[in-house]
Amino acid sequence: MTSNLPLKANENIIFSLRALYNSYGYSHYKMSKFEEYDLYSKNKDFLVSDSVITFTDTNGKLMALKPDVTLSIVKNTKDTDKAIEKLYYNENVYRVSKSTHTFKEIMQAGLECIGDVDDYCIFEVLSLALKSLFTISENSVLDISNLAVLKQVVDYIGIPDSERADVIRCIGEKNLHELSQKCKELGIPEEKFNILKGIVSLHGTPKKVFPKAEELLKGTGCDEIIENFKKIATALPNQQAVNVDFSVVDNVHYYNGIVFKGFIQGVPNSVLSGGQYDKLLKKMKLKKSAIGFAVYLDMLELLNTNNNDYDVDTVLVYDSETTFSEIEAQTEILRMKGSVLALCQLPKNIRCRKIVTVKKGEVISIENNA
Amino acid sequence: MKTMLNVALPKGRLGEKVYAMFEKAGYPCPSIKEVNRKLIFENEECGVRYFWVKPSDVAIYVERGAADIGVAGKDILLEYEPDIYELLDMKFGKCRMAVAAKKDFRDDTSRTLRVATKFSNIARQYYLSKGRDIDIIHLNGSIEIAPILGLSDVIVDIVETGTTLKENDLEVFDTIVPISARFIANKSSYKFKSEAIDALVSDLEKLVED
Repeated sequence: MTSNLPLKANENIIFSLRALYNSYGYSHYKMSKFEEYDLYSKNKDFLVSDSVITFTDTNGKLMALKPDVTLSIVKNTKDTDKAIEKLYYNENVYRVSKSTHTFKEIMQAGLECIGDVDDYCIFEVLSLALKSLFTISENSVLDISNLAVLKQVVDYIGIPDSERADVIRCIGEKNLHELSQKCKELGIPEEKFNILKGIVSLHGTPKKVFPKAEELLKGTGCDEIIENFKKIATALPNQQAVNVDFSVVDNVHYYNGIVFKGFIQGVPNSVLSGGQYDKLLKKMKLKKSAIGFAVYLDMLELLNTNNNDYDVDTVLVYDSETTFSEIEAQTEILRMKGSVLALCQLPKNIRCRKIVTVKKGEVISIENNA
Repeated sequence: MKTMLNVALPKGRLGEKVYAMFEKAGYPCPSIKEVNRKLIFENEECGVRYFWVKPSDVAIYVERGAADIGVAGKDILLEYEPDIYELLDMKFGKCRMAVAAKKDFRDDTSRTLRVATKFSNIARQYYLSKGRDIDIIHLNGSIEIAPILGLSDVIVDIVETGTTLKENDLEVFDTIVPISARFIANKSSYKFKSEAIDALVSDLEKLVED
């Protein structure tokens, strides 16, 4: 039977996520679809894609359809006198699709924690990221990394500034062969390259990764960062779904510290992305820290495997001599067992379980297709 | 049950070489050698399911998760920039992405350089790094003919032996990047099948020849 509930899987997920964030005391943040373009032109590097849909408002101001939610939240909460703002949202953003090069509407749900972010806040946001993934599917993995560790390692090894972007790209691709080639060209000694190689190759549960990372990073000046990272990562619930992986290197210009990405089995790309973005706040001249994440709800359509084999459960075909009340009476009975589409003529190519034909108020045939 | 890995192989000579390496590494699938029109070949025991796709499509199959892993040329990866892991340089299918032109070509920097290529993104990035203003003429094949007919000043294309260039009175002026076949993996698949993928990479790594 076709589901009587009109809610789609991702609509149910949105409600569950909202309830989850609400239960942790996060406030719902509803925002306008538009934002002044100026905000994005000043922070282009923060955006996933450069292109923004713009239009001139009636007052002559150049406006944009939001390509991002975080920037707007930061902008609108910067004057608050609260020690910390904990907010969640569920909004559509407009970005250029990498594959079609055309604009696409993407539904996002997420949360932001802005202000005096302490270690507990970081832990709480990571826990909520994990819980968000488990709301969607039990076959989930949260990849977590720490950009402060990578920065320290890259500094220690002595990678020049001009080569950092390329080195970071290689780390993100787990591309050890090009990383090795690059280090050779830069004259970096083998033992220092091995530290970088070791850190890029490491991945697994916190219990598996941290002892190896501690050993590998001895003497690199990472002890304190690793200690703190370990404290947070090992306290998270669902340890089997936590994957420490230093190849998560999204947007190093804005993110610092802990960054993370969520994956669900059956969905080819990450469905959740987030991290600490103190660098963005600094750029916006705010002396605060922040962490947040977004869940890409459009990706979840790929997960919806409950394909409906039928357009409708029953098609009721009536003739001109059947009265309205007779049609209503027949459909009322049929509706108890599923959806009913009442028509005077059977449409072509419709897929239904049953066709009921009514003439002069009487059912004259029932054809079962199921 | 053994984890099944979906492997996208590039059709053609390169793909045959790739399969031979997978077979040698302990992931055979004898049915792949039968002459028929089948497209998908499975060996449940070894946990592999191979399928042939157009070489330029391997990265798309892997990025979109239809294949967990695959082997693609570095040229394709540079051109399409898929969001994938590049886990191994297979060190065969070696060639280079190069700038070529007619032998008597002189770069007149006072005007826009006309570049004919199949690899628009690579060409754009290369000239952007040099701060050179260019006009890209995207062609789908027979790139070598463009400078001869005056359609472009230079071409950006793959050069293997250089025979085609020589026969058309063209020569290489610059090498942009060396190319070879790379083992790639879908990021999400790697999260859930990392043990099987790491084992395969390690088995293949032993067979990679410098």
